Amino acid sequence: MRTSTSSSLTLSLGLAAGLSLGAAVVLGLTLPASVEQGEYSRLIAIHPGLAWASYLCFGVTALSSAAWLWPRTRAPRWDRLAGASAEIGVVFTALTLATGSIWGRPTWGVWWVWDARLTLSALMLALYLGYLALRRVPNPPEIRARRSAVAALLAVVVVPLNHFAVDWWRTLHQGRSFAQLDPGNDLDGAFIGAMLLGLLAMTLVYSWLLVHRYRVARLEDERDERSFEEALDARRRETVVAR
Amino acid sequence: MWRDALLVGAKDLRVEARSRVATNQVAPFAVLVLVLFAFALDPDRGMLQRAAAGLFWVAVLFSAVLTVQRSQAVEGADGIGDALRLSGLDPAGIFLGKAGALAVELFALELVLGAGVIVLYGVDPAGYPTLVATAAAATLALAAAGTIYGALASGSRVQETLLPLLLLPAVAPVLIAATRAWEAALGTAVAVTAAADWVSLLGVLAVVYVAFGVAAFGPLMEER
Amino acid sequence: MGVAVNLRSAVCLLGRFPALAGVDLVVASGEIVLVQGANGAGKTTLLRALAGLVPVVEGEAEVLGHDLRRDRRSLRCHVGLLGHGPGLYDDLSVADNLRFWARAAGGDGDDVTRAAARMGLDGRLLEAAAGRLSTGQRRRAALAALVARKPRLWLLDEPHAGLDAAGRDVVDGLVREAVDGGATVVLASHELERARALADRSVVLAGGRTVAGPADHAGIADAAPSVPEPTEPVHVA
Repeated sequence: MRTSTSSSLTLSLGLAAGLSLGAAVVLGLTLPASVEQGEYSRLIAIHPGLAWASYLCFGVTALSSAAWLWPRTRAPRWDRLAGASAEIGVVFTALTLATGSIWGRPTWGVWWVWDARLTLSALMLALYLGYLALRRVPNPPEIRARRSAVAALLAVVVVPLNHFAVDWWRTLHQGRSFAQLDPGNDLDGAFIGAMLLGLLAMTLVYSWLLVHRYRVARLEDERDERSFEEALDARRRETVVAR
Repeated sequence: MWRDALLVGAKDLRVEARSRVATNQVAPFAVLVLVLFAFALDPDRGMLQRAAAGLFWVAVLFSAVLTVQRSQAVEGADGIGDALRLSGLDPAGIFLGKAGALAVELFALELVLGAGVIVLYGVDPAGYPTLVATAAAATLALAAAGTIYGALASGSRVQETLLPLLLLPAVAPVLIAATRAWEAALGTAVAVTAAADWVSLLGVLAVVYVAFGVAAFGPLMEER
Repeated sequence: MGVAVNLRSAVCLLGRFPALAGVDLVVASGEIVLVQGANGAGKTTLLRALAGLVPVVEGEAEVLGHDLRRDRRSLRCHVGLLGHGPGLYDDLSVADNLRFWARAAGGDGDDVTRAAARMGLDGRLLEAAAGRLSTGQRRRAALAALVARKPRLWLLDEPHAGLDAAGRDVVDGLVREAVDGGATVVLASHELERARALADRSVVLAGGRTVAGPADHAGIADAAPSVPEPTEPVHVA
């Protein structure tokens, strides 16, 4: 039985993730400080990437949950993938919140304001913490998979609704990261480059973590599971034991 | 589906009428929350008046968690799950019935809380149509979302702690929209977005949750 | 009379545990069949599978003409299952409980009245909250709810348990009436003497399988199931 989650795939993904993340960090640190935000603007190499990756995580969770619920594609691997992706997504969302709060500090003067996107990220974090809590309830595998899949799809409905409500309520945000930059400007071009590199790096980090986490989940499932034939055989022999 | 919904809804309301949990426990709790808010905030009336809309809806939300738990506990008795699955009742009808009964209970609770806010916080209930329209849409959304999440969390040992964690982030938009609409109607805050817009958002929320529940309850009941 | 139940090598999983590990069972319409077996042999799972509550993952399974491997739901409203739990709402009166379950199955008030009378549930008991009844009274109420639904297939899990002598006689009478009315009955019971007298024949379950095929009662009593010993012990991972 396999006991490792490494393979040539994870090795190359890990290398690529490490290299691109290192490059994004280096590029971020060599960016000039911007006029309005000072040193904090370097976070553009990290923060948008984290935010993008968290949405990617929950997107993958939603798609694999749909694949599990659809009778023709139903298979335990979709449930494992959904759970693995959501776990990583919660980490990315928490990091998005942390870096967003740090980034906002010079603009707002405080660590936390009820800014629309910050608030939305916090709600999303709570929503998926609930999803993970639901996954931890000791239900039989089939029931756990079914309930988690419904919860994941419901979250996909809830996030845009939260977005509307929070957006109408609070419209202080400085605008999207893209919108405020002018690609024609050389300085802005460097910022855009750093941001895009950050997006790539976080996507690679996510894929690398996802493959590992998925394989851990598969190993967990395999740990106690005997083959179907073995289990049938053992059950049929209970006849002899009982007498 | 509608016949089954009526049957299940009437059954749930009858259970409540017999057990009196909503009237004897949940309603006093909700009023108590209002009183506690008054202790926590400046007893000076201006403060409570300005916050009245938000406090009202937070109290409704907390009571909704209790009411949802009660609504699920009723179906948790030994053998009820199997009996429901064998009953021939349409799962969508069961969802609509349970959500409908929950909405009726919550609406009754809101009447009590509304009286509490008027008496305790000295709020002048102006703008009736907006208040009622908001309450109707918000209650429907809360009841539908509560029924879905209640079913998701049901049957586990951690049910009581899991349900609020699942439900509250999901109904955050209900709280925001209902509070803003009430503030506009009561004139306790400067409205940036018109009350009518908030009420339509609540309407969308209600429709989305009801539609999701109708679609999801079949698979959710198909267990074990 | 046709075939009400036809299972061929049916396998059912509870989680990953094969509670039924290849059951063969044929029951003709109008038959009363007793399922025997030690605790954990799979009797309850078999009854729940026949009700379409537990999916059959391998083998063939047809009940009342419904293929359980393709569609379990359409079967359910034709089946009455008396399980371990009474399936009653504690806060509602017995009458309200009976009315709810009867209406859910498309029945009316007359069905409720008849079923309650048949189970000896009189005025005072009918108005009592189900949660205040004794175990035996609750059992009677659960049976009345089943009768009011007029199912075509009766699945009774320990129908005699918790009932007094009069109650057991009523159960036996009900089963016979149901069969006279065209229904089929599969029951699991440890009250072997009473159940054998009631049933047309017995099957024995052990290790999630039928170990003795259809036979009449004379031979079954002492028949040990014939299952080959495993040739070598298998180590479970």
